[in-house]
Amino acid sequence: MPPTPHLLAIGLTPMQHPEFVHELRESLQNGARTVAYFAENLPDGVVALTALLQEASGLRVLRGHARSDAQVPALTVQFPQLHIFEREIHEQTGLAMPGHPWLKPVRSPVEPMSSYRFFHMEGKEVHEVAVGPIHAGVIEPGHFRFLCLGEQVHHLEIQLGFQHRGIEALLLQRPLAHATALVETIAGDTSVGHAWAFCRTLEALAGVTVPLEAEIVRGIALELERVAMHLTGLSGMATDIGFLQGGTTWGRLRTTIINLSMQLCGSRFGRGWLRPGGVRFGIDPATAQRLPAILTQFQRDMQTITALFETSLSVNGRLHDVGTVTAEAAREVGLVGMAARASGVELDQRVALPDAAYGQLPMPLCAQLAGDCWARAALRVDEIAKSIQWLHQALAVPGLADVPLQAIGALQPDALAIGVCEGWRGEIVHALQTDGQGRLRHFKAQDPSLRNWFGLALALRGNEISDFPICNKSFDLSYCGNDL
Amino acid sequence: MLRSLRVRISQGRQYIGDLRAAVPANFRGVPVIGAGACATGCRACADACPTEAFRALDPLEIDLGRCIQCGDCAPVCPEKKLTFSSNCHTAAIRREDLLISAARPMPPPIAVSEALRKQFGRSLRLRSVSAGGCNGCESELNAVGNVNFDLGRYGIEFIASPRHADGLVISGPITRNMVEPLQLCFDAMPRPRVVLAYGACAISGGLFAQAPQIERQFLDANVAILLLPGCPPHPLTLVNGLMDLLGIAVR
Repeated sequence: MPPTPHLLAIGLTPMQHPEFVHELRESLQNGARTVAYFAENLPDGVVALTALLQEASGLRVLRGHARSDAQVPALTVQFPQLHIFEREIHEQTGLAMPGHPWLKPVRSPVEPMSSYRFFHMEGKEVHEVAVGPIHAGVIEPGHFRFLCLGEQVHHLEIQLGFQHRGIEALLLQRPLAHATALVETIAGDTSVGHAWAFCRTLEALAGVTVPLEAEIVRGIALELERVAMHLTGLSGMATDIGFLQGGTTWGRLRTTIINLSMQLCGSRFGRGWLRPGGVRFGIDPATAQRLPAILTQFQRDMQTITALFETSLSVNGRLHDVGTVTAEAAREVGLVGMAARASGVELDQRVALPDAAYGQLPMPLCAQLAGDCWARAALRVDEIAKSIQWLHQALAVPGLADVPLQAIGALQPDALAIGVCEGWRGEIVHALQTDGQGRLRHFKAQDPSLRNWFGLALALRGNEISDFPICNKSFDLSYCGNDL
Repeated sequence: MLRSLRVRISQGRQYIGDLRAAVPANFRGVPVIGAGACATGCRACADACPTEAFRALDPLEIDLGRCIQCGDCAPVCPEKKLTFSSNCHTAAIRREDLLISAARPMPPPIAVSEALRKQFGRSLRLRSVSAGGCNGCESELNAVGNVNFDLGRYGIEFIASPRHADGLVISGPITRNMVEPLQLCFDAMPRPRVVLAYGACAISGGLFAQAPQIERQFLDANVAILLLPGCPPHPLTLVNGLMDLLGIAVR
């Protein structure tokens, strides 16, 4: 069996925490990567720890139990890819996690944010610059603290949590029928990606298999979202370096793509399109025949603007060797998705864990080696081209019009389901745990931004502070996706 | 140079000439309540709604200030009474104007405010603050200034400094962690100043109305003068609302 992007674990027997930590360490030493690591507060002061590992054979889940006052050692020093997970576990459960170098709040759900003490640098030539939470543009809030030697950034400390809405707890309080609409706002620019991860997870719990045609329609929704948001990134990067033709042209090309989504599902953000059991809107043959011409014209215009972009001396001068993250650093801190691939890490869950849609129509993996702002721009251009090719193939699949929703019946009791979806930023992970009656007991949502924000901090080191906007846009991370 | 010209030619003409007349094709905008009575005791639409937008049943009354345009109500209606129109003229100046029914299918048209027209009719600078917005509203607010909608042609622009701003555009339900920054931003704006609420979250709390992490007192103290319903609202909702309120003629 090829690895799948979902997993259902029934009646997991938890290990005691020393054994759990040992297993986790062993697996990571043997080359596994952590996809997710989270905790749930159980009654009677017990904390359930869940690690999702990606090994050569596919996904594997580890489950451990610890008393909330136990000394569960942090593994971050040995495996920095765990740093944000252990911080989150500490914040959500109060577990001590001794040995963690930096248990900084992830979202400050309780403490006033102003009580946090930032890293501080002392010396004659040093100064600090504080930016945000409210930024210059129309953008979500977050705080950036630059520790500088003259113009050079020594370190960037990122303070998030301003967007915290309590979405994980809220989902459990709502009827299941309301869940997908809520999930679509975890990160509103990734409505399709999160909806797909959630649907996949819930369908695993319900034992429902979605027909291939419906999965292909989901793939069309996801690739349209990817193209649109990659264009937002390119347009923003172009504007930030004063390459205005790029800013306007990529901006209007994005309009073309999001209006296609609107024609197919009624929303420019793909909202209301995916629902557990399939999709609410199929694609009728007339539309499926009409779209390829639009996509072909789009790709032609894309090549015209890209040719100007790639040959412009000033664009080359502003993007090469700016905001570099090496492959080693990307792997070490656990970057995912586009940010990882731009640093030469070959990680794309559409390739590694293909579902029915990407199994039927494989997606080639794109990567760049340089890890700088140029690489992140060039990767977007490549991925847009690959997505457009994929959309051409997908629209040629027969039977996309008539794709009724499969009914979601009773959920498997005492089960953990996990779903992974490669959204435009990277892997989205959702986990649902049921109780003995098959009711949802715990929900974990993970946007790729959670892991990639630290990549932005690394990218800034040794760069000039004036390069921050272009570095930030090149990552284009979600604030609310991190803050939940 | 040649490459630059090629891009210019490929760009063509992108702006929408008559913004008031524009209707986005297949946009799921406003719920349309069909004629006829509902089955006795049926509350399928209200049960499907994730934001309690159905304020009354039989005859149906829908609060556009809560509706997130998800469309989950339409397929569950046994009478097939609910459809959606692509109309973007849904902005309102009073909260109660956002209640629609079969008898009153759209919010009333916005009358020109002479005071606002005099003050801001030729130049309005807006400061956006996202306070828990999911980047849906923020993306559409950015689109308001793009080459298609180009609201800058009427002197309406988003700017960086609250010191230069006439209006504060709030998106998101207002998270507790944004209460202080939002207030600081507003305090930094010179008078006269106005508040606009963009999107269901800002108007009513939307999907997050019940979340303990939300604190909305700012909007009690500073009542929004323009409400832009939707999730996210289409850029034309803001465009039309502002043009109507400020009495801007199509040029």
